[in-house]
Amino acid sequence: MTWSSILIQLLNGLAGAASLFLVSAGLSLIFGVTRIVNFAHGSLYMLGLYGAYTLIETFGRTPLGFWSGVALAALLVGLAGALIEVAILRRIYRAPELFQLLATFAVVLVIKDIALFAWGPEDLVGPRAPGLRTPVEIFDKRIPLYDLVLIGIGPLVLGILWLLLTRTRWGTLVRAATQDREMVAALGVDQARLFTSVFFAGSVLAGLGGALQIPREPANLELDLSVIADAFVVTVVGGLGSIPGAFLAAIMIGVAKAFCIGIGTVQWFGVEIAFSKLTLVVEFLIMGLVLIIRPYGLLGRPPAQQRHSGEPAPPLVPPGWKVAAVWLVPLLLLPAAGDRYLVVLATDIACFALFAASLHLIMGPAGMVSFGHAAYFGIGAYAAGLLFKRAGLPMEAALALAPLAAGFAALIYGWFCVRLSGVYLAMLTLAFAQISWSIAFQWDSFTGGSNGIVGVWPAAWLASKTAYFYLALAVAAGGIALLWRVLFSPFGATLRAGRDSPLRLEAIGVELRRYQWAAFVLVGALAGAAGALFAFSKGSLSPSVISIALSTDALIMVLLGGVDTLTGPLAGAALFTWLRDEVARRTEFWRAVMGLVILAIVLIFPQGLVGGVKALVARWRRARA
Amino acid sequence: MSAVLEVEDLAKSFGGVRAVAGVSFAVAAGELLALIGPNGAGKSTCFNMLNGQLRPDTGRVRLAGRDIAGLPPRRVWRLGVGRTFQITATFASLTVRENVQMALYSHAGRLGSMLARFGGAFVAEADALLDQVGMRAQADRVCGVLAYGDLKRVELAIALANAPRLLLMDEPTAGMAPRERGALMGLAASLARARGIAVLFTEHDMDVVFGHANRVIVLDRGRLIAGGAPAEVRADAAVRAVYLGGSA
Amino acid sequence: MLAVRGLHAHYGQAHILADVELEVGEGEVVALLGRNGAGKSTTLKTVSGLLPASAGEVHFLDRRIERLPPHRIARLGLGYVPEDRRIFTDLTVMENLEVGRQPGRAGAPSWDEAKLFALFPNLAAMRDRPGGRMSGGEQQMLTIARTLMGNPRCLLLDEPSEGLAPLIVEQMAAAISTLKREGLSVLLCEQNLHFARSVADRAYIIESGRMRFSGTMAALAADPALREQYLSV
Repeated sequence: MTWSSILIQLLNGLAGAASLFLVSAGLSLIFGVTRIVNFAHGSLYMLGLYGAYTLIETFGRTPLGFWSGVALAALLVGLAGALIEVAILRRIYRAPELFQLLATFAVVLVIKDIALFAWGPEDLVGPRAPGLRTPVEIFDKRIPLYDLVLIGIGPLVLGILWLLLTRTRWGTLVRAATQDREMVAALGVDQARLFTSVFFAGSVLAGLGGALQIPREPANLELDLSVIADAFVVTVVGGLGSIPGAFLAAIMIGVAKAFCIGIGTVQWFGVEIAFSKLTLVVEFLIMGLVLIIRPYGLLGRPPAQQRHSGEPAPPLVPPGWKVAAVWLVPLLLLPAAGDRYLVVLATDIACFALFAASLHLIMGPAGMVSFGHAAYFGIGAYAAGLLFKRAGLPMEAALALAPLAAGFAALIYGWFCVRLSGVYLAMLTLAFAQISWSIAFQWDSFTGGSNGIVGVWPAAWLASKTAYFYLALAVAAGGIALLWRVLFSPFGATLRAGRDSPLRLEAIGVELRRYQWAAFVLVGALAGAAGALFAFSKGSLSPSVISIALSTDALIMVLLGGVDTLTGPLAGAALFTWLRDEVARRTEFWRAVMGLVILAIVLIFPQGLVGGVKALVARWRRARA
Repeated sequence: MSAVLEVEDLAKSFGGVRAVAGVSFAVAAGELLALIGPNGAGKSTCFNMLNGQLRPDTGRVRLAGRDIAGLPPRRVWRLGVGRTFQITATFASLTVRENVQMALYSHAGRLGSMLARFGGAFVAEADALLDQVGMRAQADRVCGVLAYGDLKRVELAIALANAPRLLLMDEPTAGMAPRERGALMGLAASLARARGIAVLFTEHDMDVVFGHANRVIVLDRGRLIAGGAPAEVRADAAVRAVYLGGSA
Repeated sequence: MLAVRGLHAHYGQAHILADVELEVGEGEVVALLGRNGAGKSTTLKTVSGLLPASAGEVHFLDRRIERLPPHRIARLGLGYVPEDRRIFTDLTVMENLEVGRQPGRAGAPSWDEAKLFALFPNLAAMRDRPGGRMSGGEQQMLTIARTLMGNPRCLLLDEPSEGLAPLIVEQMAAAISTLKREGLSVLLCEQNLHFARSVADRAYIIESGRMRFSGTMAALAADPALREQYLSV
């Protein structure tokens, strides 16, 4: 590379960093004050991009039309964010944090379908920035003038935010609330209004980040989750809650990505390396490196213990054989009903029940929330598919080995994850899942890229839907039984104890991390088994088995059923899988319907379905007594 | 009496501020030593350097002759140091008995098993410990629902589970009713004497300090300003000036 | 001014306050005494709306406030000063005061920075210092000053003498006397009987979440058995 091309890549990277910074700053701001990880933040970015597209088309492709379109789009997205806060989140601030998360997942689903309804499924290519189209020549290379403007916007917004936060009463209140929001309320500040304004500001940043990208990237429906993944990485690298940190991290990652694309494909020692396809891997490497050196990000600090009067987790009750039998017997008899569709649905449910149960173990009893559990499901599925198709192994062997592959991935990812806790850990798991996804998606020659792998069929003796259902039921039941057994073993008790009081556990001679790491591997392997089972039941697999969407599905299943019960995740998996199937057969906009159903449940049963039912039963008993 | 814990010239600074500036003392087996002083005097910092939470800048912490300064808390525990926390730290979702069993399993190195059922082993040992602290009757209750004073007793039982040589108690009676306080410290004292455990505790309740400690040391602004028998310390002019005031 | 009737509060499943009754009259300084964990802080937190009351009534200036959110209670002129100070450590002294600022209020002494610096001269010299780099005593002054910025009519003070050097405790007592002269009503939680005696007119004693004594400071002083039973040191 010549110096001039290095400079060009640098500028390219800085231009890309601007939007990344805006989104991440908004995410950080909202999290700092409300303690809500706003999963819908990427959706707001997407809305900004679509909104700018439409507004600029309406106002005309003039400089005035362009810039007023961008500004208005950002403002409208800000209002949408404020609306989400007022209509939904405000009602559940006292609910457990995970339930707030579930609500924002639901918002993601709803916004995606709103975008689908309003703008259609095709990518929309926006206009170049009028007046800034002419490229500037720097050292005989050309760079769009617009990119130089973007480079300026990053520091400009950083400066404005800094002024707002340090020089206004609003900023003082925001910084105070980030530290101790209860105390701010006790001093007479209306939390609800402060939260709404912070949501508005954060959403404006997301919307602006999206709208400014209109000349650089087409509006599409996948942006919501890919942007949130990027924003998580930037936030983790920069340090949660640090806006200058987000700025630094966005620049680092933006520049690194631009260089990867700029380098393109090179030959090293006879091996061809396509750097342009390694952008996500580079992001991961940067993050891994930063987290090893500074566990709380470049400019982050260990999370201040926000005061919350959360109730301790209730004790777990070991499941009895009788209860298991009550559920297993009808399931065994299910194929006798003769409904082929029902058998296929039940097979799906078995796979997802095991998947959800494996997630439940780490996020419930072990207290480590994973936003990227699909990584292990997907790696299991891919391992099964690749061993079967590429290595030519028999189906049974592929199915048996797949969990080992997933467990191995969990061994590596888990090593990093258990060094963190809380939101940091969750964001890191999501980033790992996104890396896995990008490898599956981009490594055409090995994984089949976006087409995935086809012809992954079970062995002859399992070819009938009924036979395969029994296999799935056996594997799922066996896996769940194992998970439950582990949960009530000394190992499982250690995990639960570590969630309750890591301090006390350390003080009785236990290195919690090792147990958490082992738990990661265990649940990774079982999620991998579920994924392999799923792949063979469908006969094919695609990168969607590692997608963030699937990770959030698993979270929804667990939270819907109730994280404090053992059977909750299973009920959640069954309900979610069935409901999605039913709704998807009736409308193209099944996501929105699911989202609204989830929101309704969140608002009515903040303890999850099984938890809610238990509370209702308890109340009924008390009323009778 | 042989010294179980010997602290020599311990010091720790935070951002240029000397929180603990050269502290030396020793605790003998069966002895109760109270560490008192105003808030911010460095008691917590001092404590945390003994239990492994903090690494001292300089100085030595010898447990039965072995230097344990800078070891992580779990290693310190394995060498025979039990502790109770200022704000109780117990496993809220486990029962009282299971809380004690956790420590017993850990002591025996048996927490790694994934398939055995937790709770089957060390029942008698756990119940014996709970008997000693008067919590046997509540053994099957979940810790999350216990009264504060009872949690303190559970902590004491946990702390005794590895047959410690040294017991570190950070404000052991904070938050307890007056009668409970005396009972808990009386219990700690009798156990310490019976088993030859050295006890170091911090405390704000002077009734507890002067009623149960064999010796008292006073920390102010990171330095020991007095030490000796309770009556001497109580009469010490410097101690009255910075801490006790005229009322005690 | 402030009246609490039959107040109950729970923390999780633990019953922390049981049938607590107390009153603070106009311009009065009342001490709520008791040991650590007796329920003093819980009483203040429940009155200020930070913890929900499970039963009972709280009247302030003839309004029922036990169901109001904390910011509404603060805006009625009931200022809360927490025991563990809870200043915003990243914010400077001036910014901490800014968070507490509320418009003036009829019937309450009004405060601004200059007047507060006169009350707590130590703070005047450190306007731009972050709260995290102040000593315990300075933080305690700041937390009181911050609440006074809201121009309260009644102040809920949680253990202002806790862990402070005797010299600072004296200053604190002088400051509270000044507040009383300004016409402010104060409900003061204390373990330090000495300190309470130097500023309060009346006292309540709380133990295990129940009121055990109500009377004048003089009556309490005359009853050593009572002190022995419920108060330490």
